[in-house]
Amino acid sequence: MEAVFLTFILMLSIFLGFELINKVPATLHTPLMSGANAISGITVVGAVSLAGTGQHDLANWLGAGAVALATINVVGGYLVTDRMLAMFKKKGG
Amino acid sequence: MIIQLAYVVSAALFIFGLKLLGSAATARKGNLMSSVGMLVAIVAALLDKGIVEYQWIIAGVLVGGAIGAAAARLVQMTSMPEMVALFNGFGGMASLLVGAAALSTATNTFTLVTIVLSILIGGLTFTGSLIAWGKLSETIGSGAVMFRGQQIVNSLIVLAILASAVMFCLQPENPTWLYAVIGLSLLFGIMAVIPIGGADMPVVISLLNSYSGLAACAAGFAVNNNILIVAGSLVGASGIILTKIMCKAMNRSLSNVLFSGFGSVSTEETEIEGEIKPISVEDAYYVLEAASSVAIIPGYGMAVAQAQHVVKELTELLEKRGTEVNFGIHPVAGRMPGHMNVLLAEADVPYDQLLEMDDINPRMETVDVAIVIGANDVVNPAARDVQSSPIYGMPVINVDSARTVFVLKRSMASGFAGIENPLFYKENTRMLFGDAKESIGGLIRELSGS
Repeated sequence: MEAVFLTFILMLSIFLGFELINKVPATLHTPLMSGANAISGITVVGAVSLAGTGQHDLANWLGAGAVALATINVVGGYLVTDRMLAMFKKKGG
Repeated sequence: MIIQLAYVVSAALFIFGLKLLGSAATARKGNLMSSVGMLVAIVAALLDKGIVEYQWIIAGVLVGGAIGAAAARLVQMTSMPEMVALFNGFGGMASLLVGAAALSTATNTFTLVTIVLSILIGGLTFTGSLIAWGKLSETIGSGAVMFRGQQIVNSLIVLAILASAVMFCLQPENPTWLYAVIGLSLLFGIMAVIPIGGADMPVVISLLNSYSGLAACAAGFAVNNNILIVAGSLVGASGIILTKIMCKAMNRSLSNVLFSGFGSVSTEETEIEGEIKPISVEDAYYVLEAASSVAIIPGYGMAVAQAQHVVKELTELLEKRGTEVNFGIHPVAGRMPGHMNVLLAEADVPYDQLLEMDDINPRMETVDVAIVIGANDVVNPAARDVQSSPIYGMPVINVDSARTVFVLKRSMASGFAGIENPLFYKENTRMLFGDAKESIGGLIRELSGS
């Protein structure tokens, strides 16, 4: 049942994603991609629960590595997107 | 319970953030909102009762945060494609690690299947992105690497992946199959990207962007976490849409981009009539001085020459004289979607001056001077007129219908695709040879000196 429930969420969010992204203008496609990079760093949420189980086994190490990599994406992705978007100015603005 | 509710809030913030990205005026707020959503999700995850030790998490966050912040601050706007490629790779690797780590708690076959998927997609995203990064940064050659029997080798790898994935699900306690899946997926990432040439990189980065999201999605299934699935599929959808736009802008199917190695297409000899007419900076200035409407069409060459700032200066001088200046941006100009827009925004060109191909083409006939800077294939009229041309059918910016066309170009060498460009031989085309930055600098001197 759990599997069906998760697949249901997957289906809905993919359709929602298509609707949302289709409305992003071509001008903003690079910030969109770097912003998407940041969002894909969501893996950090899965990684922290694996890195902090307190048993010093392989899962801990793998989790810690995943936390570091995903955090690069989150922090780097959001900061560079913000840096880019700050450059986009309207005429006379 | 509270954790699950926090994830709902975080998902809403992601969705709203993406919605605000629909307009340049609200995009920055959208990005901020999305980052708040991420913060909520991470804090919620840290409250999980299963977490008893924080030192590894803190270490990971500190290391990753420092690297990410430094990269975001230091990266040059011309190098954005490389950075996005690398980040795609990191996302993939993170999902691979999460998948592998989740193995210790896996109980049923469904979870095992999702673990295999997150390892597989994550692994090929990782090595594929590294190769894409290497090609973009010219660390390795940017050309397509093809060899005899490539398709067969790749098919064998896919079969081997399928076989070891099935065996892994049947015998999860035998680590051999896990290592086989990891190794083969890493190998497949390399094999999949090496036959793709530099000019096709916009498609590849978009696709890998999508994979990094799908990998996160699969990892979400593996660790049973909603927010990973929602966020991952948003990213996946975004990458797929961008991939589709890029393919359409090149009039090629995705499979054609992925498997055919564009650089190796044999071109038929076509007779091009007319001759090349070079022009000096001084003569170009006289034409430009008389123009009342100018369109600038930038390409990857502008990024290479770092000419965006002098282009902005030229624009200002022309506008001061009452000349109307617009930019025509082809969807695949540059090495990633929207690359030119970011470079011009960095040089302070307002975004309402950046027109998409479909907006600039109808006005091209009223344009006095079209200036092509470091673009080639995206303005090639052969895509319209010559049926035997490999790019026939690709939508292009019709600069040849402008009264005069200036093409700024280093030499007569053809573009990435190695296709002859009849534009250079047209009656109304003038070639301004030399480094784009210097040529424009010369025009600026003439314009401000008079």
